Amino acid sequence: MDLNMDLNAPHSMGTTIIGVTYNGGVVLGADSRTSTGMYVANRASDKITQLTDNVYVCRSGSAADSQVVSDYVRYFLHQHTIQLGQPATVKVAANLVRLLSYNNKNLQTGLIVGGWDKYEGGKIYGIPLGGTIIEQPFTIGGSGSSYLYGFFDQAWKEGMTKEEAEQLVVKAVSLAIARDGASGGVVRTVIINSEGVTRNFYPGDTLPLWHEELEPQNSLLDILNTPSPEPMTM
Amino acid sequence: MDSKMQQHGLLGSESDSQRTLYPYVTGTSVVALKYKDGILMAADMGGSYGSTLRYKTVERMKAIGKHSLLGASGEISDFQEILRYLDELILYDNMWDDGNSLGPKEVHNYLTRVMYNRRNKFNPLWNSLVLGGVKNGQKYLGMVSMIGVNFEDNHVATGFGNHLARPILRDEWHENLSFEDGVKLLEKCMRVLLYRDRSAVNKLQIAKITEEGVTISPPYSLKTFWGFSAFHNPTVGAEGSW
Repeated sequence: MDLNMDLNAPHSMGTTIIGVTYNGGVVLGADSRTSTGMYVANRASDKITQLTDNVYVCRSGSAADSQVVSDYVRYFLHQHTIQLGQPATVKVAANLVRLLSYNNKNLQTGLIVGGWDKYEGGKIYGIPLGGTIIEQPFTIGGSGSSYLYGFFDQAWKEGMTKEEAEQLVVKAVSLAIARDGASGGVVRTVIINSEGVTRNFYPGDTLPLWHEELEPQNSLLDILNTPSPEPMTM
Repeated sequence: MDSKMQQHGLLGSESDSQRTLYPYVTGTSVVALKYKDGILMAADMGGSYGSTLRYKTVERMKAIGKHSLLGASGEISDFQEILRYLDELILYDNMWDDGNSLGPKEVHNYLTRVMYNRRNKFNPLWNSLVLGGVKNGQKYLGMVSMIGVNFEDNHVATGFGNHLARPILRDEWHENLSFEDGVKLLEKCMRVLLYRDRSAVNKLQIAKITEEGVTISPPYSLKTFWGFSAFHNPTVGAEGSW
């Protein structure tokens, strides 16, 4: 482990998280690996956490810091909803997250807040280290996101359908998992729109294979036992 | 992940309270100059995250009240916080409802106090601010740094702009520039910054403030020139050089 990191470079965060808007709502996606150093502490974690019925947050960075922030925000939003008498907006949720991040600069967590409300429809807000808040049509975060900037520059387009958006997210997280050691496990997605919330789960065997990856087998014995291909004849 | 570079003495340990230690998402140079009708200011729309050009549509210039325009480089979250402080300042000013409104000189002074006081508490707002405006025919252009150094001038620049843009401005700025000449001069500076500043992004805005008010242009990109013959085959005759 490198003990002499340049403290002025942003710390990379174990995870891949993505938030994407489409015409009608948002799709949030994440990997499921939580690591302590080199050990995978949880290989099936759920990094997409509920804040309200209509707003979810993708967490990256320190597991503890991101959990405590989302716990506080859920608590505040619950009270806010009671006082307001209607569902909280995505903007309010995102700003609460920003306040906690900005005023507690030592927290090591990058968050993506996404949801649907009746005023603005589907919205995604990125809240990186430091507490900047930035609304975007899509955003990526976590250490695995380094491998996705080029991919999204090329593959993102405005006005996708729900199915296209989800496919894009699943493909992207899967690509990041292939290259980032700190990302892995399954791909989880959460789709939020006017109709409600849908959670999906994509285990490794449903994902496409990328470069230098091989089809998983049960055992070597299965490979040995299948007959070798017939020699070609002209 | 604890800090291996503990700073002892005055600065205490890194986990101390809420001190901005280093910036995360940063904006690069802002360049501004006085022209015939007011102030022209330019800034690109990049928000860098270390060496990654992470955000490419960050508005780093904002209108403040009726008479001022604020541009910022440095930590974007601190800039967003400053905008909130200024919102409150302008709101309270409007609430007096006395026909008076804060001019650029007053806003600049307020910002200077805020920046300097934060610096004294070892918790700076990590920004370099450019404040321009016109009130009652008087043009004003000033700068405040993160440690509270402030001054006024006919042309200012932050960050890399200090080194690359100011020499150009010193040479080519003159009193009563027309709008077109001012824009061309700013674009000349921004193009050099685009060539030579690693954190520059080719998407910028130019803002103008006159007695009438503030106008911020829509985002646009600059053409760049690569057609020097020296660029085509730079290592001919000296293979291995660059």
